[in-house]
Amino acid sequence: MATITATARKPAAPGILTSRAVRKLLVLALAAAILAPIAATQWPGTPWPAALTVDVSKPLGRASDWIIDNRDSHPLFLYFFGHVSNVVVIAVRAVYLALLAVGWAGVTAIGALVAWRVAGVRLAAGTAAAFLACGLLGMWVPTLQTLALMVVAVLASVVVGALLGLAAGLSDRMDRVLRPVLDTMQVLPAFAYLLPVVLVFGIGVPAAVLATVVYAAPPMARLTSLGLRGADKEVLEAVESLGTTARQRLLTARIPLARRELLLGVNQTIMMALSMAVIASVVGAGGLGDRVYQALASVDVGAALAAGIPIVLLAVVLDRVTGAAGERLGGAGKSPVTWLYALVVGAAVALAGRLAGLLDWPDGWEVDIAEPVNRAVDWMTAHLYSGVPVVGGTADWAARFTSWVLNPLRDGLQWLPWWSVLLIVAALAWLIGTWRTALTAVLAMAAIGVLGVWDPSLDTLSQVLAAVAVTLVVGFATGVAAARGDRFARLLRPVLDVFQTMPQFVYLIPVVALFGVGRAPAVAAAVVYALPAVVRITAQGLRQVDPAALESARSLGATGGQQLRQVQLPLARPALLLAVNQGVVLVLAVVIIGGLVGGGALGYQVVFGLAQGDLATGLVAGAAIVCLGLMLDRVTQPTERRTTREGA
Amino acid sequence: MSRKRITAAAAVLVLATGCGAADMTKQASPYAHAQGARTVTLSVQSWVGAQANVAVAQYLLEHELGYRVDTVQVDEVPAWDALSQGRVDAILEDWGHPEQEQRYVRDKKTIAPGGDLGVTGHIGWFVPTYFAKKHPDVTDWKNLDKYADLLRTAESGGKGQLLDGSPSYVTNDKALVKNLDLDYQVVFAGSEAAQITQMQQFAKEEKPFLSYWYTPQWLMERIPMTEVKLPPYEEGCDADPAKVDCAYPVTPLQKYLNAGFAKDGGEAAEFLKNLTWTTEDQNQVSLMIAEQKMRPDEAAKKWVDGHESVWRKWLP
Repeated sequence: MATITATARKPAAPGILTSRAVRKLLVLALAAAILAPIAATQWPGTPWPAALTVDVSKPLGRASDWIIDNRDSHPLFLYFFGHVSNVVVIAVRAVYLALLAVGWAGVTAIGALVAWRVAGVRLAAGTAAAFLACGLLGMWVPTLQTLALMVVAVLASVVVGALLGLAAGLSDRMDRVLRPVLDTMQVLPAFAYLLPVVLVFGIGVPAAVLATVVYAAPPMARLTSLGLRGADKEVLEAVESLGTTARQRLLTARIPLARRELLLGVNQTIMMALSMAVIASVVGAGGLGDRVYQALASVDVGAALAAGIPIVLLAVVLDRVTGAAGERLGGAGKSPVTWLYALVVGAAVALAGRLAGLLDWPDGWEVDIAEPVNRAVDWMTAHLYSGVPVVGGTADWAARFTSWVLNPLRDGLQWLPWWSVLLIVAALAWLIGTWRTALTAVLAMAAIGVLGVWDPSLDTLSQVLAAVAVTLVVGFATGVAAARGDRFARLLRPVLDVFQTMPQFVYLIPVVALFGVGRAPAVAAAVVYALPAVVRITAQGLRQVDPAALESARSLGATGGQQLRQVQLPLARPALLLAVNQGVVLVLAVVIIGGLVGGGALGYQVVFGLAQGDLATGLVAGAAIVCLGLMLDRVTQPTERRTTREGA
Repeated sequence: MSRKRITAAAAVLVLATGCGAADMTKQASPYAHAQGARTVTLSVQSWVGAQANVAVAQYLLEHELGYRVDTVQVDEVPAWDALSQGRVDAILEDWGHPEQEQRYVRDKKTIAPGGDLGVTGHIGWFVPTYFAKKHPDVTDWKNLDKYADLLRTAESGGKGQLLDGSPSYVTNDKALVKNLDLDYQVVFAGSEAAQITQMQQFAKEEKPFLSYWYTPQWLMERIPMTEVKLPPYEEGCDADPAKVDCAYPVTPLQKYLNAGFAKDGGEAAEFLKNLTWTTEDQNQVSLMIAEQKMRPDEAAKKWVDGHESVWRKWLP
């Protein structure tokens, strides 16, 4: 899902780049020479100066009190938020009741038939198997609850996203306003979205749905706008010459031409909504996410897995079905008659199920996987934790990683004077991007200082850097292997699917059992989560290298290793840079969740804010995460994305 | 044509939601009362004792009184908020939240007290008993600094590690370490699950550790632990969170119901008000859930089958 932005880019010629880079660095050095001594004398010391912070905890505390006191009387709540909340509850409830009324046999049959119509027989069988597996695992009702929430959230996200995308696609001014906002929203960790929504709507389904919509709508908006802007100019001119009105052109030409992007947008929205559905269980979303979260409380990995597998299955099925629907668009349209058949069969199965009394999943048909899984996990942790000859146990590695990598990195970052951190950020962002990205990055970093969370943010940053380094080393190695061996790539694909969609909550506990409590398990979880995207993008980038270039290298007698180093890797540079960017963004998302396993720093503060209803702590930490995400994205984001935009 | 349709849709929407005010304090879960069933929504907190309360209440409500029970896992403070809005009907185990009691029970009257749970809770600092046997004087806080070296980990840096758990729990540990001037670093595990996993790993190797912990807790049966004596608790010594320098109080755990539910909840409300059991009862169920990894409903069934005299009295 992370691969959509992997459009081919032309790498700039190295000669120009170096001279430009030198020039940029010179300007920066000049600015630093003037500003740094002023800053250092005015506000001495290494941490962010207290004089430059703004204490927002009092106003935030007052705001939260005001909301709680006025929630049942103020018109804003009675006539706006109240209705929003009610509409969400009614919609989710309607879908849930409809699913319950159709019964498990009906839901399975209808799901399979829809998959058959849009994606073919194999995926239909897969869909049916997935639904049955959810039932077998004893998760039928939670699955339906999650499904109901997802249907509402995805529909709302698609509508909101499409409207925003339409606005951005048709008006250049809207595009200029929306583009940076959407770009930013996509790099933010899901955790940061929860608190503001909870503040207004309280714990429960409305908050969960709205947080999901905010999280999942941006990709739809981006892709809609992209599709509308990318429409073939000649076709549009031809349509225009027929004397059509602007609206006719939009409905008959531009939107149909953008179908592929629209479907890709729906696909992305579904995947993001599903990953949010689990995280939203922290604010009382119910359903499968809640089961995972509850299982965690009793350290029951098996039960967490039993609830996690349906999520993975739903994600894989929805991804493949919507993906296949997008690919089939080019083909000849099927007659609506078969749709009618499908509808009739679905209705018949649902009715038969109802008559046969097969509405609720039968109790006897459940398989308990929790116990064997727990035994396996126990065995693993018992034998790997410590005392493994020669290499030492995982606990020893974690301790070494903490004291040799994480501690020096954190202390080093916190030892740097604050203005030099800003300078480094500026230099990195400017080298790889434009002065505008550099400015954004520096401002984001400065905002963290102003909010008064400089030290915990640097702590989080050190964890992100360590995790990214590990992810990139392992990810590039695996990606290269996957690009070179087809069989390995085929074996890898399902593994990557699972790790990309498995809720992070599920593997938090085994990670603790292996690495103990602290920052090491947070880093480990982040690596596991970010690895698939990095491997995918790397492998794809290497495979897309022009075969002609490879062929000519081979004809010159280059060995496999030489081809890789001198042809494939340089040509795949844009993809590799993208992999770095994605890796950083994904790692940040999980390092935050690592607050649940002793990661401390910003992640802990967000969790604390949510758990104690302490908005001041939680919101400030959330804002700092936003700034950190923004900074990291800008520092790792290659210029080309911007230049192509300006050219378009 | 399409504009007409939009207007119609908007009209339906407005009608469906009612044109007037929408009261956000009265919102049930969208999953409640499905298919005409009478539903009770219980909040589960993240520790297993709370799961045990809910599992037994759920089992009896479903099998003896014919209710359908939904459970939602929410942290303590947000659960109060959800309770006041009616998104959950009851909290079965509260460890004392004076600020929330003042706001919701006394000022807004949206939450009604539901009586004692019968279990008494106590928070404290604990070391494993195998460690306390080897070094008996570790159980007094004055001697803790002697053992800081033994309790060092990679996370705590140069100091001893005091392991704390979920951010949602009541804790004064940072202030305590500071005010008692101890050579310790509070390391927050971030969740109870992580904390338990870590303690189990330590115990497997008989390594020493010092942890924020509480009773009743099922893990005590697995890893016997001894409490470290802190300066004694006196009324009001924990009034200012920054200046706390005394032990945690002993708390009789409380039940709370949504005010509307307490009034009109019928048999379910009556039942939940009557429910009280002992620490041993709760521990039995907790152990079955957490240690034998039984499903909460199975554990509840097993307990209910053996203790009819206890729960018979709860039924209205």
